[in-house]
Amino acid sequence: MSTQTKLTVPNRETSIIAKKPNIFNTFRRDYQLWIMVIPAIIVIFIFNYIPMYGIQLAFRDYDYTKGLTGGAWHGLYYFKMFIDNYLFKDLMWNTVKISLATIIIGFPAPILLALLINQIRSKRAKKTLQTTVYMPHFISIVVMVGMLNVMLSPNTGIIGNLMNRLGYGDVNLLASVNSFIPVYVLSDIWQHCGWNSIIYLAALSSVDPQLYDSSKIDGANRWQTIRHIDLPSIVPTMIILFILSMGNVLSTGFEKIFLMQNTLNLPVSEVIATYVYKIGILSNQISYSSAIGLFNTLINFFFLFATNAIAKRVSNISLW
Amino acid sequence: MEMIRYRKKSANDMIFDIGVAVLSVIAFLIVAYPLYFICIASISDSTLVSTGKVLLFPRGISMFGFKEIFGDSRIWTGYRNTIVYTLLGTFVNLLFTLPAAYALSRPEFRARRFIMLAFVITMFFGGGLIPTYLLIKSLHMTNTMWVFIFPFCVNVFNLIITRTFFETSLPKELYEAASIDGCSHFTFFRTVALPLSKAVVSVIALYYLVAHWNDFFTALIYIRDNELQPLQIILRDILLSNQVFQSGAGAGGAAGGYAQKFADQVKYGVILVSTLPILIVYPFIQKYFEKGVMIGSVKG
Repeated sequence: MSTQTKLTVPNRETSIIAKKPNIFNTFRRDYQLWIMVIPAIIVIFIFNYIPMYGIQLAFRDYDYTKGLTGGAWHGLYYFKMFIDNYLFKDLMWNTVKISLATIIIGFPAPILLALLINQIRSKRAKKTLQTTVYMPHFISIVVMVGMLNVMLSPNTGIIGNLMNRLGYGDVNLLASVNSFIPVYVLSDIWQHCGWNSIIYLAALSSVDPQLYDSSKIDGANRWQTIRHIDLPSIVPTMIILFILSMGNVLSTGFEKIFLMQNTLNLPVSEVIATYVYKIGILSNQISYSSAIGLFNTLINFFFLFATNAIAKRVSNISLW
Repeated sequence: MEMIRYRKKSANDMIFDIGVAVLSVIAFLIVAYPLYFICIASISDSTLVSTGKVLLFPRGISMFGFKEIFGDSRIWTGYRNTIVYTLLGTFVNLLFTLPAAYALSRPEFRARRFIMLAFVITMFFGGGLIPTYLLIKSLHMTNTMWVFIFPFCVNVFNLIITRTFFETSLPKELYEAASIDGCSHFTFFRTVALPLSKAVVSVIALYYLVAHWNDFFTALIYIRDNELQPLQIILRDILLSNQVFQSGAGAGGAAGGYAQKFADQVKYGVILVSTLPILIVYPFIQKYFEKGVMIGSVKG
């Protein structure tokens, strides 16, 4: 039938409508769109998909002559090697500890900040505060760690000096096992809390103003308005962001930890990402470090799926 | 009765407003003071800074730190490299991202769902550091400037933001009307879609720009040649590895190149000099931020 229409009406437009459009018969019409998207496809394919093929190195003996395609099959040998490693327990524990601390303390901070900013009535004050708190987000990690170094230094830094005067003695906050995580987490909040509040502010700005009006008529004070209108309206955003952050539980920021590392805090600051860098790039144990990297990715996936499933069951909100 | 209740409520509201004001000022100071402190410390005498005597205003003002910084050839090399990588990199980013986002925003484009899915997968799953390193090495991109430009030049998150913007802000009738007049996708994209999307283009341009400017990881892994090192690596050497400047180097011993008096001043100055360019661009684009993040969150 459709072919008949095509034969009797030799109009290109009609023939496309008559046939169910698919990738092939719309190609002539959409070739310009293809030209526009193909560079991106090529780049993503080369730099994202080809390395995925390299994951199989984790199961093989890396052979320099064969590159990504790998050498002899070695099964789960390198995974066992990692789990049997005397560092395994410390690495796992450090990684989980740092990211859980970041999530537990770092997650609520931008929510509170957004609720606060949302309550400011003066437009100019609001703008000023926003401009200021977004700013540290643009500071590079190197500079951030550099700032920590000069300010926390026990003899010459301003905070080190303050601690000294308060009677804590010569504490070097950067080179101590106890202070590594607090310094890491608090500086992270300082840097990104403002930026991360933007998304909550956006959610708050889309609340129906009628809700505020009717709560006023019902005699709600502003505290109650926050509790019963503002907070519920950002819950979906909160849950989605929480699931995403749980999906990164083992991917602590490599760069910052790497730059904050020194021999004195190494017992708490050596995490999976820094270990992979050291044995993979610096000591060239390609297969072993690929296996650790893959192990890391799989655990992240597990957390992502688990949190998503729980969120779906409890709140009916989920990523997919 | 009614009056009293009203007054009581407004008294409550006043306490609430005062609380909000106090907390806002505290939040403001927590963020702003360290930034301000860096500025005043960079021109103050380091001994006064380290003994806590410089708190509100610079004291013992000298420009020694800045003179030292601008007299160092590594800083200039780093600056030059970073500017080249940032400008060229951002240009390539936009060149690859914007047209793709446009194509993927067209509802009549049949392959778009499949391509989108293939792109989004890469946000959650990747080969990891080592396979990527081997790939870049086998492409002979290590120790060249191209490693800053082409790998990962399409950021899927930015692509989604742009695509969603095109989808929601370009009315469907617009292209239909234009195509009747014989307008192709290329012309439409260039003469209609882009000029109407300045907001989203500036936001993602800034995202890319900042990412290039602050990129430290790429150089750490792929670059060995000193002539190619970007600013961030040189910053690390100065700020974290305590390398002294060329003019001061060689004196050695307790003198440590230049007097301890200026050691920290140089560090504060370097922090300022390397961060200022980004902070200057940022207020101009700030008004688009919320829009940009919001678009991204709709379908992110």
